[in-house]
Amino acid sequence: MGEKLTGAQILVKSLEAEKVSTIFGLPGGQVIPLYNALYDAKFNNILVRHEQAAAHAADGYSRASERAGVCIATSGPGATNLVTGIATAYMDSVPLVAITGQVPVTVLGTDAFQEADIIGGTMSFIKHSLQIHNPNDIPAVIKKAFYIASTGRPGPVLVDLPSNVQTAEGEFVWPRKLALPGYHPDELNNLDKLDEAVSSLEKAKRPVIYAGGGVLRSHASKQLSAIAKQLNAPVVTTLMGKGSLPESHPHVLGMAGMHGTPVSNRALQAADVILAIGTRLSDRTTGSAESFAPKAKIIHIDRDPAEVDKRIVTDIWLIGDAGKILGTLSKALTAKIPERKEWYTFLDKIKKKEPMPQQAFPGAVTPWQVLETLNEVTKGDITLTTEVGQHQMWAAQYFRVEEPNHFITSGGLGAMGFGFPAAMGAHFARPDRPVVCIAGDGSFMMNIQELDTCARYNIPVKVFVFNNSCLGMVRQWQELFYDNRYSSTLYPRDPDFVKIAEGMGASGLRVEKPEQVEGAIEKALKIDGPVVVDFKIPQEACVFPMVPSGGCISDMIFSK
Amino acid sequence: MSNTFCIYSEDQPGVLSRVAALIYRRGYNIISIAAGPTEIKGVSRYTLVFDGEESTYDQVQKQLQKLAEVISVRNLTREGNTVERYLKLIKVKAPVSKRPSIFQTAEVFRCRVVDIGADTISFEVTGSESKVEACLAALEPYGIVETAGSGQVSLARSGLKSNKDK
Repeated sequence: MGEKLTGAQILVKSLEAEKVSTIFGLPGGQVIPLYNALYDAKFNNILVRHEQAAAHAADGYSRASERAGVCIATSGPGATNLVTGIATAYMDSVPLVAITGQVPVTVLGTDAFQEADIIGGTMSFIKHSLQIHNPNDIPAVIKKAFYIASTGRPGPVLVDLPSNVQTAEGEFVWPRKLALPGYHPDELNNLDKLDEAVSSLEKAKRPVIYAGGGVLRSHASKQLSAIAKQLNAPVVTTLMGKGSLPESHPHVLGMAGMHGTPVSNRALQAADVILAIGTRLSDRTTGSAESFAPKAKIIHIDRDPAEVDKRIVTDIWLIGDAGKILGTLSKALTAKIPERKEWYTFLDKIKKKEPMPQQAFPGAVTPWQVLETLNEVTKGDITLTTEVGQHQMWAAQYFRVEEPNHFITSGGLGAMGFGFPAAMGAHFARPDRPVVCIAGDGSFMMNIQELDTCARYNIPVKVFVFNNSCLGMVRQWQELFYDNRYSSTLYPRDPDFVKIAEGMGASGLRVEKPEQVEGAIEKALKIDGPVVVDFKIPQEACVFPMVPSGGCISDMIFSK
Repeated sequence: MSNTFCIYSEDQPGVLSRVAALIYRRGYNIISIAAGPTEIKGVSRYTLVFDGEESTYDQVQKQLQKLAEVISVRNLTREGNTVERYLKLIKVKAPVSKRPSIFQTAEVFRCRVVDIGADTISFEVTGSESKVEACLAALEPYGIVETAGSGQVSLARSGLKSNKDK
């Protein structure tokens, strides 16, 4: 017989057994026993100001470290506050373990105080969820949660822990094996069409590699680099695939899609073979499915068989781990690959003829100036997170990412309020790397309370607010497609971000002139602690090029 | 045309919700669902019928397969050659004077009497959906008091070797 422990203690021991280094959370009535046990935990326990930030921080931790992030919330409102974070992790295939308190088993389903059916509430955007009724089950459930979250196509897993299970006594026995009769992610391999893929690639005259976030999740950057070289093929990325190859790499054409580089979009539309790796072929990258890559044979590599033919019907598909498949593909490719002079000349011409369009704002700070200066000052050697909106797209367009997982953004869900807490999480994952969050004034206000968390733990996140006093992306759509009717997008006054930063115990800087940009960036990076830099940018600045929603990606708008 | 799926899963709380939620999320309506234990301990079997577009059946099957507790999913309609059965309980108004003809009608559909009351008789009928519906229609003139139906349950036919050879 082992030592008798409370369920809460067993949970903490289980998290230690999973080698958890940092968790993010906020206590409440139904997790008081759990927090009592966390008082003795060997890992960092970060107290946030809002549970949504705990979920996003755990997500950011996960994306920066490639290990499942952990967040904790109480039952009811605490749990429902995690929902946006869980949905964000689900859409971007991020391993996340969310632990929620729950009312005691004896009153489940009676609308008890702070009861919410969080398993039901998150069901359609979560990889798996488990509720524990017996303290002895805790180790196996936690092990299962981490295993399911991190393997196959990763995703969030919820563990719902009623408070009476936290106080009940049991034993800590770490299971050696897990019984999962229906979950065998490593068995999902299908290379039946390998020969077809090889012959298509060998015959290709205008090939394009289309790299998605799955390349990062599969740690397949090296293999991607090798196959790009071997095939002598240009590479476009999705938003999530940014950083899968160093963006200074001569083969990389940049991001494709709604706000992609002109050359990336034109390359896809002109391609005769597309090798799509670890991507959902989402509408934001492909535009309308009917008009996408009309001349191309598409070879789709993905971990998740359900992604095959989901949005875009592909010609050849290979199921399994991207790195392994690319390795196999690489060995199978034997034909001599041509120089592709014509193809590269075609692409170079587009690069020259259609550079990234930039509006002129004499005397004003522009988003691209800030991002290009940030590139120069840091040489790209930082982790960059973004909120969601115009600033996010500018960051994707202008910030060069040289390594995997150095660019962290909410792609699928597009959750405003993600970037700043995610930056906090990224700091704990990689304390050695500076973290900059590119934010808009709208997004930053959604989780700005976490400045206090940064100040309390001296988390040196630098928030660069691209402040245009409006909800810029929606304003842009209203300008372009809704006859300049700025319904609920313009803020007639700005919060004083410098004073807020100072009031929360962080430093605040304001930048209003182009000549102040470089100095402010350098100063912010030097300050040992959290900093908010309020960059005043023109409200009229738009993200160009732009493909109207549902359009063809070669029909780009370059200016107003 | 609706398709019938056979799902084996771990016998855990919430699997039914997950299956139903997944189909609902794609905007489809479940026509019928029947669940129960199987010959294997800890394993449940669902027979699920829903009406979607041809192109979505594969997608739904693959999404169902992704549920961590789901062990296997088969599209029985696509595999072809399945036995499908419904069960319906039908309570009919049955004054003594009309009983002989009610029994005669019920006999045609091989109904079993499961309850006799002062004014009503309850029958059990099993068979294909069309047989069960026809039985209901035939009893309609007497006055249906209430009915309860099971969902569809299905098994793939194994077939006999000699039949296959023919």
